Amino acid sequence: MDLAKFASFITQAIITGIPLLYGATGEMLTEKSGNLNLGIPGIMYVGGISGVLGGFFWETYGDKTNAFLCVLIPMLCSLLASGAMAFIYSFLTITLRANQNVTGLVLTTFGMGLGSFIGGSLSTILGTGTTVSLNATAAFFKTPLPFAEHLGLFGKTFCSFGFLAYLAIIIAVIAAFILKKTRIGLNLKSVGENPATADAAGINVTGYKYAATCIGGAIAGLGGLYYVMDYVGGTWSNGGFGDRGWLAIAIVIFCLWKPDLGVLGSILFGGLYIVYMYIDNLPRASQEIFKMLPYLVTILVLVLISVRKKRENQPPASLGVSYFREER
Amino acid sequence: MSHVAPHMEPPVRLSKRDVMPTWKGILVRIAGILLGVALSSLFIVLVTDLNPAEVFTSLFDGCFGTPRRIWNLLQNTAILLCISLAVTPAYKMKFWNIGAEGQVLVGAAATAACMIYFGNTLSPWLLFPLMIISSLFAGMVWGMIPAFFKAYFNTNETLFTLMMNYVATQVIAFLITYWENPKGSNSVGVINSATKAGWLPYLFDKQYLINILVVLALTVVMYIYLKYSKHGYEISVVGESENTARYIGINVKKVILRTMALSGALCGLAGLLLVSGSSHTVSVNTAGGRGFTAILVSWLAKFNPAVMLLTSFLIVFFERGAAQIATSFRMNESLADIITGIILFFIIGSEFFLNYKLNFRHSKKKEG
Repeated sequence: MDLAKFASFITQAIITGIPLLYGATGEMLTEKSGNLNLGIPGIMYVGGISGVLGGFFWETYGDKTNAFLCVLIPMLCSLLASGAMAFIYSFLTITLRANQNVTGLVLTTFGMGLGSFIGGSLSTILGTGTTVSLNATAAFFKTPLPFAEHLGLFGKTFCSFGFLAYLAIIIAVIAAFILKKTRIGLNLKSVGENPATADAAGINVTGYKYAATCIGGAIAGLGGLYYVMDYVGGTWSNGGFGDRGWLAIAIVIFCLWKPDLGVLGSILFGGLYIVYMYIDNLPRASQEIFKMLPYLVTILVLVLISVRKKRENQPPASLGVSYFREER
Repeated sequence: MSHVAPHMEPPVRLSKRDVMPTWKGILVRIAGILLGVALSSLFIVLVTDLNPAEVFTSLFDGCFGTPRRIWNLLQNTAILLCISLAVTPAYKMKFWNIGAEGQVLVGAAATAACMIYFGNTLSPWLLFPLMIISSLFAGMVWGMIPAFFKAYFNTNETLFTLMMNYVATQVIAFLITYWENPKGSNSVGVINSATKAGWLPYLFDKQYLINILVVLALTVVMYIYLKYSKHGYEISVVGESENTARYIGINVKKVILRTMALSGALCGLAGLLLVSGSSHTVSVNTAGGRGFTAILVSWLAKFNPAVMLLTSFLIVFFERGAAQIATSFRMNESLADIITGIILFFIIGSEFFLNYKLNFRHSKKKEG
């Protein structure tokens, strides 16, 4: 593999990893509060389609040339819709204490259904076959850093992405900072480890769980938005998002619930996801084996952390369990 | 409670219910379903301008309109029920196996492999036992891998089994590249379409009857197994408290491994019924999300196989009915997922009112 090809591989790995990074950061925050939200794939899907819907209405009725609004409106739509999805999950699991696995899986079915329904209906109404294209909006999302072209290969490899890619990394770093260095992070972790103790210490368990899950959902939704607006250039097609949502959940484990590690993990998983395209003359059968890699690696990590039993690398202790104050 | 200064007391207080009378429980669930149906009709009316009554006629039509649709409904219920029965022993043990999808897929792949490689050489008397053994075995292995790590290293089984689903999907995708027929189609096509070797026989000329009977028998066996056998008892003790189980001399590791072996093997059986008993082909979508839906079926039935007959039927009823609504009113087929999702949210939500009581602050005064 020559340098140019390797650089293009790195670029592709990064942009494939960015949607995963959003999903993983969102899910990490959620899981730190003790909520295992398996609705993340559905939430990311809805985050994508709601951005498309917002972008579509703004392109049709609004000012197509206003870059700021063209970006802001799909983003707001995406944040609100995926936040609302996470709110459904929160309400059912936190207030109504429903089983988290069951609720999450229904949320994923519902989200995938909602996304495909809106996407399919929109393309039928527009008569564009099975896809919806938003070129003007996507162009704004894809605008690279202004100095990228002056930096040669380095610029092309690392600075040619739309702003959402950098935002993903910034959010991950902020999330890591909050979890590691602030009181809020400490409280959040204690809620996920032992809600009864946190409750006794005067921490608002319900509040933390709601906030972490809804904010986490909104962040994950941006992954869907990045995928559709930047990665595929503003063209929505049903099911195109694939199994990326589940990969995001895999990264949470792979990176041991640490958002800063998540940045590297996502890029690595992005690379694993596409590496089969960069190996010359790889037969189709082996390609399918290569696509198995991210999941195998995750299983390996999962087994290793449970064998080593290192305390700081374990899943949050109350992960998956609803909290009821009177049940001790 | 009321000795505390009244302004400090929240308006609603929650407490856990002991037992709710069965009829009341059923009423709460029906209320939940009706609310879900009402909200999904509202959704349909909002996005289209159809009359909800018309829409719901179409829902019943989609399930019971023609004999063929009734058979489809029953077949889908049977498969979903089979997978739900399979995951139930594990859940009763509080082993969150969300890998049923993968276990079904490997079972399906094992069945297809037997049909492809031995279909035209072995006699049916050898072929069918081989298919059954290999599908059960494949599912069993797939289920026991996470169980082994759970039993010995306490590895998180939810995440492990979830990942195993995608490994299974890729295994199928890998196999399809060898089995594709015709070449380049990236699909296996109908296996042994000429000889029908390895196809489950049509009892009384009805294709799905054998599937349905097998699953019914399995329901009875599973009911007895969980309720009256020693294994069933051990499963519920491990599920309630591993420490108690250890204290009374149950080998927890053994129970986990044995139960997951059973669970996985039965998922493999569902794979057999899907490939040999209905579609006669295999693809990455063979399980079609049923492995996830089955979790719901089992959980909603409180892990009681008899009730699962009803919950699996209900879910398939809404799925197929909603699919018919989408076809007959020319809407996107994903409508089915939305409607099922909304109704399920309400069913899940209504569980709360079965387990918890809301004590309003004024209720005491009124009663007294």
